[in-house]
Amino acid sequence: MPRTPIEVPHKIEYLSILNEKGEVDTKLEPKIEPKQLKEMYRWMLLARRVDERLLKLQRQGRIGTFPQATGHEAISLGSIVNLKPSDWHVPAYRELAGFLYRGWPLESILIYWMGYEEGAQPPEGTNDLPIAVPVSSQLLHAAGLGMANNLQGDKNVVVTYFGDGGSSEGDCHEAMNFAAVFDAPVVFVCLNNQFAISVPIAKQMKNKTIAQRAIAYGMDGIRVDGNDVLAMYVATKEAVEKARRGEGPTLIEALTYRYTPHTTADDPSRYRNEDVSKEWAAKEPLIRFEKYLKAKKVMTDAEKQTMEEEIEARINEAITNAEEATKHPPLSDPLVMFDYLYKDMPDYLSLQRDELAKALGISEADDSKKNEASTAKRGG
Amino acid sequence: MAEMNMAKAINLAMHEAMERDKRVLVMGEDVGPDEGVFRITEGLHAKFGDKRVIDTPLAEAGIVGTAIGMAIYGLRPIAEIQFSGFEYYAYHQIEMHAGRFRNRTRGRLSCPMVIRCPSGGGIRAIEHHSESREAIYAHSPGLKVVMPSGPRNARALLHAAIQDPDPVIYYEPKALYRLFKEDVPETVETLPIGRAQVVQEGKDVTIVAYGAMVRPAIDAAEILEEEDGIRPEIIDLLTIAPMDTETIVNSVKKTGRVIIVHEGPRTCGIGSEVVARINEFALMYLEAPIRRVTGYDVPIPYFAREKAYLPDADKVVSAVREVLSFN
Ligand SMILES: Cc1ncc(C[n+]2csc(CCOP(=O)(O)OP(=O)(O)O)c2C)c(N)n1
Repeated sequence: MPRTPIEVPHKIEYLSILNEKGEVDTKLEPKIEPKQLKEMYRWMLLARRVDERLLKLQRQGRIGTFPQATGHEAISLGSIVNLKPSDWHVPAYRELAGFLYRGWPLESILIYWMGYEEGAQPPEGTNDLPIAVPVSSQLLHAAGLGMANNLQGDKNVVVTYFGDGGSSEGDCHEAMNFAAVFDAPVVFVCLNNQFAISVPIAKQMKNKTIAQRAIAYGMDGIRVDGNDVLAMYVATKEAVEKARRGEGPTLIEALTYRYTPHTTADDPSRYRNEDVSKEWAAKEPLIRFEKYLKAKKVMTDAEKQTMEEEIEARINEAITNAEEATKHPPLSDPLVMFDYLYKDMPDYLSLQRDELAKALGISEADDSKKNEASTAKRGG
Repeated sequence: MAEMNMAKAINLAMHEAMERDKRVLVMGEDVGPDEGVFRITEGLHAKFGDKRVIDTPLAEAGIVGTAIGMAIYGLRPIAEIQFSGFEYYAYHQIEMHAGRFRNRTRGRLSCPMVIRCPSGGGIRAIEHHSESREAIYAHSPGLKVVMPSGPRNARALLHAAIQDPDPVIYYEPKALYRLFKEDVPETVETLPIGRAQVVQEGKDVTIVAYGAMVRPAIDAAEILEEEDGIRPEIIDLLTIAPMDTETIVNSVKKTGRVIIVHEGPRTCGIGSEVVARINEFALMYLEAPIRRVTGYDVPIPYFAREKAYLPDADKVVSAVREVLSFN
């Protein structure tokens, strides 16, 4: 009956490959084709410019409140590029780069923030879940997708995202434990931007890193410089390959800083020292990636300029398309709120639909949906 | 007397209660230096400090579960859940423990605590931020559920909730936070939990509403008086559970016709319970079927379509006309 120490496996690494000056650790540097490197930059730049434009649209009242993703492009993009189309993307709400990369039309993203459910409809052919607003709830779905993959004998991988604040939810704990117990091929990416709205990470938890929780679940954990797209790429690549080999989940803590207010409704000067925010500005992911690409002669100034122009044109086009779409069905039709609740509409719901149509003065002849066959696709 | 909006009135009640009673504390996400995402806890952290205004980790079951422990210990926690759409995470703690400790322990232990929570639509919020789910809590034994409709009753009801010996769900219609101001008296008032108020006397029809829906009920009554020459009686429930059967029944006996207005979905909504009570106690006085003007049985749509979903004065007016034309 002695009192003896139990050896618990513990080792948490920190990975950084490309520092804020744009210097690269050549021993750790991944071998990525120049063409793909440039593509990665382009997706990140697109996400950045979209985010900036969304902010303008929000200020003009053309979209609603939304959480910005500026500064978080490396986390989302550096991880997502390791997925095959048949793999699963289970985002939280700051994975703008990942959404775009996975083929969500920019129009969908705009339409979501304009306040329409249609913006949450994953494009055909993708294995993507929509934005998850209730924090960490999505992690259990990711674990379940991974468990199903195993039960079906498939070789797909799930990548899912959550925040440092979200790491406190019971759902987060349950998801990681399930994934570990069932060797589910899930990569949990924690976007640690050090704030949950106003609550700093030091008030969120006593542990030094989020990554170390992996040890308790019996999975691998690593902390990565979340502003370093190469480190994100390498860490996720390893985790994805491991998961695909059937060796279970990994927790990647991507350390960054919340560069923006929590959402457009937030005022961070109330609760944090914005001088610190300024210090972080130089560490953001695009500047260093651009330096790296230029040093490697992968991208020229002229090429970047062309990229910028193409992106701006695409954003302008998408805004026009999205705003035009709101003027026509289905977006202009409030009655669609009833149409996707069940595969087949229950009678009592159908009566409520009629009641609203009457209240809105929509006659049966004008009711586009009513005239369609009742077998019309209802999310089936 | 001071004029203030509902946000200020709720805030005032917390300042007053915390000054009077050292056991009262506030806990939740971002309630400290940020003063709440709606600024309802303004000035509290500055005045009462970290020990009585606690920024918690982001975990609703954690907030409510630990508040239960504190209440059992003898404190009087006011737990803020940031939006009613996230209260589901805490539901098992609310239903299985807050509402049951007194009963399970045959009165030996109890949970005197308040769960404050912004509820309802109408502010162009993002997905999951506009839910009206008071019926869930009204359906759960052992809980009291209150919902103010203006600054003055908001402050009075919050005082009553804090002083109540049992757990109270205090739902704040967030669309009303800064919508209008009202005179609030200098001295602290309370309103009895479990009592509705007749906000306008009338004889032709009864409109039962609560929270943010009292406004459209009043607006509808004005239209009806002007255009149809009829005077509705308007009841503001204020307490949803335990429901004030008497006030409703007395009104029905007078008018014989009833409309119920609420934002939450219709099926098994609060309106269903009002109809049931009327059936139990005043069926023979009814002169027309009761109409419910409510949210539909779908999740409240994202903000671009929420206006169509929400009850408004026009929908109430049509329902009243229908009920009145029934012979
Ligand atoms: C279950 C739940 N509770 C509360 C909220 C309100 N809320 C939205 S984001 C947020 C903070 C999230 O912080 P974190 O997980 O660190 O992610 P970040 O927003 O910083 O990326 C809160 C409290 C929510 N969306 N879901």
